[in-house]
Amino acid sequence: MEHTVSIQGVSKSYGKHVVLEDIDFSSEAGQIYGLIGPSGAGKTTIVKMIVGMDVPEKGTVFLLNKKMPNLDILQQIGYMAQSDALYSALTGKENLQFFASLYKLNKAERAERIEYTSKLVNLTSELNKKVSNYSGGMKRRLSLAIALIQNPKVLILDEPTVGIDPQLRVSIWNELLRLKNEEDKTIIVTTHVMDEAEKCDHISMVREGSIIANGTPSQLKEQYSVETLDGVFLHAGGEMK
Amino acid sequence: MRIIALIKRILLQIVRDKRTLALLFIAPLLVLTLMNLVFNGETVDPVLGIENSSEQTIDMLKDADINVKEYNNVSDVENAIHKNNLDGFLQIHDEDQRLTLLNDDPGVSKSLEMKVKSVLNKEVQLQMMSGKNALKEKPNSQDSVETSYVYGSSDTEFFDTFSPILVGFFVFFFVFLISGIGLLNERTTGTLERLLATPIKRGEIIAAYLIGYGLLALLQTILVVVYSINVLDLTIVGSVWNVILINVVVALVALSLGMLLSTFASSEFQMVQFIPLVIVPQIFFSGIFSIDGMAGWLQFIAKLMPFYYAADALKGVMYKGFNFSDISGDLYILLAFAAVFIVLNLFALKRYRKL
Ligand SMILES: Nc1ncnc2c1ncn2[C@@H]1O[C@H](COP(=O)(O)OP(=O)(O)O)[C@@H](O)[C@H]1O
Ligand SMILES: [Mg+2]
Repeated sequence: MEHTVSIQGVSKSYGKHVVLEDIDFSSEAGQIYGLIGPSGAGKTTIVKMIVGMDVPEKGTVFLLNKKMPNLDILQQIGYMAQSDALYSALTGKENLQFFASLYKLNKAERAERIEYTSKLVNLTSELNKKVSNYSGGMKRRLSLAIALIQNPKVLILDEPTVGIDPQLRVSIWNELLRLKNEEDKTIIVTTHVMDEAEKCDHISMVREGSIIANGTPSQLKEQYSVETLDGVFLHAGGEMK
Repeated sequence: MRIIALIKRILLQIVRDKRTLALLFIAPLLVLTLMNLVFNGETVDPVLGIENSSEQTIDMLKDADINVKEYNNVSDVENAIHKNNLDGFLQIHDEDQRLTLLNDDPGVSKSLEMKVKSVLNKEVQLQMMSGKNALKEKPNSQDSVETSYVYGSSDTEFFDTFSPILVGFFVFFFVFLISGIGLLNERTTGTLERLLATPIKRGEIIAAYLIGYGLLALLQTILVVVYSINVLDLTIVGSVWNVILINVVVALVALSLGMLLSTFASSEFQMVQFIPLVIVPQIFFSGIFSIDGMAGWLQFIAKLMPFYYAADALKGVMYKGFNFSDISGDLYILLAFAAVFIVLNLFALKRYRKL
């Protein structure tokens, strides 16, 4: 089976502070991968390496079998940053239109994707408001819509559900599950919420710049003979020391 | 395509930002008007005595807001100026045009001199175009007018050489600040990083910034120049198009420099802190103070300042009536500055993404 994302031996440090050490990770189409770990563990840094926004000191990142960084491959990656990167002077619709026009989409596709993604995140009625008037959750949803705008093969979402109410969180997760099942997308999600981790097909537990445990949620629970992923996390963390 | 999308977005953001719009388009007019009021307190039309002139010349001089009085057989020009309370006296003997200025108020005599010169210049051009005169061999420049002064000399100048510099300075200052802050905001809100997760090229981002803010600078220049000529009666001896061209090149330098320096700022206030460091020294070396009189090493520093060349070209066109070939040297140097800054910008973006 071919890997959609493949990271081999990636390390990164800022000055003397080692942020990532020898990370290996790979993913296949039609699966959801969770990068789980406390804040400061290095999840965002891993994600930025995948997108090619940060350059590893050691190791290589392959996306759809192309070595990153590679501009053409970015057409196939939808990225949602941890902090919303939106143009607040523009309306939601103008933000979507702007990002849509950075990808190879024709006019009809663009209009269709804008309609589809804004409906998905439940923003259709708010599209003509300026983003400066959006609430935190609305901004998060708009960022998610932008990540999906070009219908990418690989979705990389950095803490996508922070600040989103439980009802919408459920509908977003249902949509992610639909995308992986019906459209065969690769989805990589970072989170520190354990009940979201349960919904992933694979989990990589990140702690202090290393991946300390790998596997499906049930495999991990079995391996550490605990009931919950919280327990796995505590045990795996304990083993490290 | 991506560049156009980016330009559209930049312009949309500016249009939504009413204060920045006002800063770009209204502030320069306010300052210019204020300067004009302060330096040219009076707006009384200058009085020019004239001898041996054609009706056409007189009409054109009158059109240029000069109070023209005709005299015949004047032997002592200075005496005539004093006796009749004139600001200047123009004698035309065939090809020989002689302008004598009272020059008790350099502001008045400068504007009179420029008006006279541009009228005579225009006349020569008209004659050359209609081809009815054999003046062809005569150089088409106001050097054909011999000017002498009752008081002082041609060195007594202020607002007239100052205003061309001012026009260029507005473009430089506002474009520097606004483009720098624009890119800085893009950096601090994370949208720049987000942009680099799309297939856009670094060069496309920089090109879009240059074109988007360049368009604004072009609009600003046209507004300032039109306002100066029509409302403030500023005389431009050379071609208006050359003035606009110079300012567009100035905008390019200011844009690329502003974007580059925004890399070293982490807030809008830090961007403002560059004003005393980067902008103010440019004024010192713009020619408001005589550069020839400065120490050798200072003159060397002057030549490192982009605005030195901008001011030189603008003064040349607006005050001395230089044409394109006279200022092309300055323009090339300005373009070289812009090119260097643009390349440095490309490298500055490399810290985000290698491609
Ligand atoms: N640009 C940077 N400069 C210095 N340190 C950084 C930088 N970015 C991240 N770090 C550090 O790297 C570590 C991991 O950060 P991050 O990947 O954001 O963690 P997470 O997303 O898991 O919360 C943190 O200790 C953070 O302080
Ligand atoms: Mg993070």
